[in-house]
Amino acid sequence: MANVFAFVESRGPDVRKVGLEAVTAARMLADKTGGGQVHALLLGPPGISGKANQIGQYGADVVVVVEHADLVNYNPEVATATAAERIKSGGYRAAIFSTSALGRDLAPRVAARLGVSVVMDVLSLDVEADTVVVRHPMNIGKVIATLAISATPAVLGMRPNVISPALNAKAGRVENARPAIDPSATRVRVVETRQGGGGKLDLAEAPVVIAGGRGLKAAENFKLVEELASAFGNAAVGATRAVTDDGWRPHSDQIGQTGRLVSPELYIAVGISGAVQHLAGMRTSKTIVAINKDKDAPIFKVADYGIVGDVFEVIPALTDAVREAKKHH
Amino acid sequence: MKIAVCVKRVPDMDVRFKIASDNVSLDEAGLKFDINDFDSWAVEAALQLKEKNAGSDVTVISLGPDVVQETIRKALSMGADRGVQLKADKVPFDGLPIAKALAEELKSGEYDLILFGKMSPDSSNGVVGPMAAEILGLPCVTAISSLEIANQKGTAKRELEGAQEIVEFPLPAVLTVDEGLNTARYPSLKGIMAAKKKPLDVKPAQLPPPQITVRKLELPAERKAGRIVGEGAAAVPELVKLLQTEAKVL
Ligand SMILES: Cc1cc2nc3c(=O)[nH]c(=O)nc-3n(C[C@H](O)[C@H](O)[C@H](O)COP(=O)(O)OP(=O)(O)OC[C@H]3O[C@@H](n4cnc5c(N)ncnc54)[C@H](O)[C@@H]3O)c2cc1C
Ligand SMILES: Nc1ncnc2c1ncn2[C@@H]1O[C@H](COP(=O)(O)O)[C@@H](O)[C@H]1O
Repeated sequence: MANVFAFVESRGPDVRKVGLEAVTAARMLADKTGGGQVHALLLGPPGISGKANQIGQYGADVVVVVEHADLVNYNPEVATATAAERIKSGGYRAAIFSTSALGRDLAPRVAARLGVSVVMDVLSLDVEADTVVVRHPMNIGKVIATLAISATPAVLGMRPNVISPALNAKAGRVENARPAIDPSATRVRVVETRQGGGGKLDLAEAPVVIAGGRGLKAAENFKLVEELASAFGNAAVGATRAVTDDGWRPHSDQIGQTGRLVSPELYIAVGISGAVQHLAGMRTSKTIVAINKDKDAPIFKVADYGIVGDVFEVIPALTDAVREAKKHH
Repeated sequence: MKIAVCVKRVPDMDVRFKIASDNVSLDEAGLKFDINDFDSWAVEAALQLKEKNAGSDVTVISLGPDVVQETIRKALSMGADRGVQLKADKVPFDGLPIAKALAEELKSGEYDLILFGKMSPDSSNGVVGPMAAEILGLPCVTAISSLEIANQKGTAKRELEGAQEIVEFPLPAVLTVDEGLNTARYPSLKGIMAAKKKPLDVKPAQLPPPQITVRKLELPAERKAGRIVGEGAAAVPELVKLLQTEAKVL
C-alpha cells in the first residue's frame, strides 16, 4: 500500500479538467498498490477552496488547499517549492502532474528539486514491486517506449485525455496550507495571463477537434470551421503550421510536432495535407475524418473516414447535417 | 552578455523508425541527424542578443559521442563563438543525469543567459532545461515565444492552452525556446569556414546513473486502414451515419 500525490491544475478561479485527470490517475495507481491514499494539492486565489469538494469526489483522500491573493496567475517558484515540500514530507510512491503547458513547466522543476527523474506525456501507468512502469511516446509518437522508473517518488506527467476523470468519492478532507515561499517575493513573475478567444473550449480538452489547413485559402474562411465546431457544441478549432505561419490563426492553435498535441474522440482535418509533423500532434485521436480535394493526400492514410471534395462545398453541408443530427438527441 | 546554448543532435523524424534487435534502442542505419530545431532557434536567439550587445560571447554545449561535434560546428558556423563537447558514449533517455552533467559544466561559466530548446523530438520529454535551472538554482522561464532583454531584466511570452502568459524575470536566467521566437539563420559559406577555426573543448561528461531504464521500444499499432466514404457534399449523409452508428461520436 502506497500513497500517491496529485497536483491539481487550476487557472484563475477554476480547476482544469487535466487536474481531475491527475487525481483519477493517482487514485488508479494507489488502488493498484492495494489502496493507498491520494493527497491532492491545489493552489490558487482566495475562493479556490470551493473546488476542494469536487476533488474529493474524484478520489482524493486529502485535499491540501493553498489560497493566496498573489496566486491569480501561475507562480512557478511558489508552485515548485510548495509541491516539493509536500511531496518530500508525504513519502509518496508517485507524484502525478499533467502534461499541459503548466505541467511541463512545473513537473521537471519539482522532480529536480527532489533529485528524481521525471517522465512527461505518460500514456499509461502500472506498478510492480518497487518499480513504476509507464508507456511514453518517443520520436514524436512514432515509437512507444515502456520505461521502468526506479526513483521514489516516480514523478509523472499524464498526457491529457488518456484517462477520463472518474467519480470515485473519497473523504476529500480539506487541509488549508500556506505557500512554501512568499508569492510576492519570487524572482520570476507572471504579470499577466491573457485569455485567447475567451471561453472557447481548449484544444487539449475538447472531445472534438476541427482543424483547418491551407486548403481553406484565407483567414476569413476559418468561419466555416468555426461554424462546424459550434454545430458540434463540444469542439475546439485547431490549425496547421502553414496556417499559423501565415498568421491566419495564433500559434497556440497549431497542432503537431512543434505545436500542440491532441487526442480527442473525433478529429476532423479540413483541407490539410497530412505532413508527418502535423500527424505527430493528432495521430492518437480515436476517430479521424479528412476532407481534402486530393484523393492522394497523405492525411487519408490515417483517416478512418475520408471525403474527397472541395471544403467549400463539403463543410457547409456537414455543418447542416451535424446540426440536424444534434437536434434529434 | 555571456550566453550558453545547450544543443542536441537528433534524428530527422520524417522516416519510418526501426527497432534494433536488442528491443531497447533504434536501428540508426539510414537515419539523418541534425541539430534539434528548437535548439537552432535557441542559437538564433543568442546570436541576435549578441548582435545587439557589443562584447557578447556565445558558447554552445552538447553532451554525447564525438558525432555531436558536427552539431556544435553547425552552431559555430551560424555564428556562435566556442563549443564544448561533454563526451559520453551514449545519451541516456533520462533527462536528470543529462541536466546534472550540463549544470556541472554551466555552473562556473558566469553566464547571463542559458538557453535550451523546449523539447528534443527523440526523447519527446521536454525536461532537461527546467531541471538544469533547478539544479543551478537560477530563475527559469520555459517555452518562450517572445523575448526582450534590457538592464539585466527580461520579459517573455509563453503560450498556454488558449491563453498566453507574460513573464518577467531577472538575469542570470535559464530559458527554454518554443517555436515562433525567431527563424534560424542558415550558416553562410564564410561562417562555415570560420567555424573550423573556433575553439571546441572536449571534456568527459559527469553523468550520474539513470533512474529510468528503457524496457522495450515498439512501433505503435498502425491505424486500421480507413476508407473514402465518397466524393463531395453527396457523401455527407453517409459520413454522418458512420459517425453516429459506427464511430459513435455524434
Ligand atoms: C521542423 C518542422 C516542424 C513542423 N511542425 C509542424 C507542426 O507542428 N504542425 C503542422 O501542422 N505542421 C508543421 N510543420 C509543417 C508541415 O511540414 C507542413 O508544411 C504543414 O503541416 C502543411 O500544412 P497544410 O496541410 O495546411 O498545407 P498544405 O500541405 O499546403 O496542404 C493543403 C491541403 O489542402 C488541400 N486543398 C487545397 N484546396 C482545397 C479545397 N478547396 N478543398 C479541399 N482540400 C483542399 C490540398 O490538396 C492539400 O492537401 C513543420 C515543419 C517543419 C520542417
Ligand atoms: N545531450 C544533450 N546535449 C545538450 N543539450 C541537451 C541534450 N539533451 C537535451 N538537451 C537540451 O535540453 C532540451 C530539452 O531536451 P529534452 O528534455 O530531451 O526534451 C534540448 O532542446 C536541449 O536544449
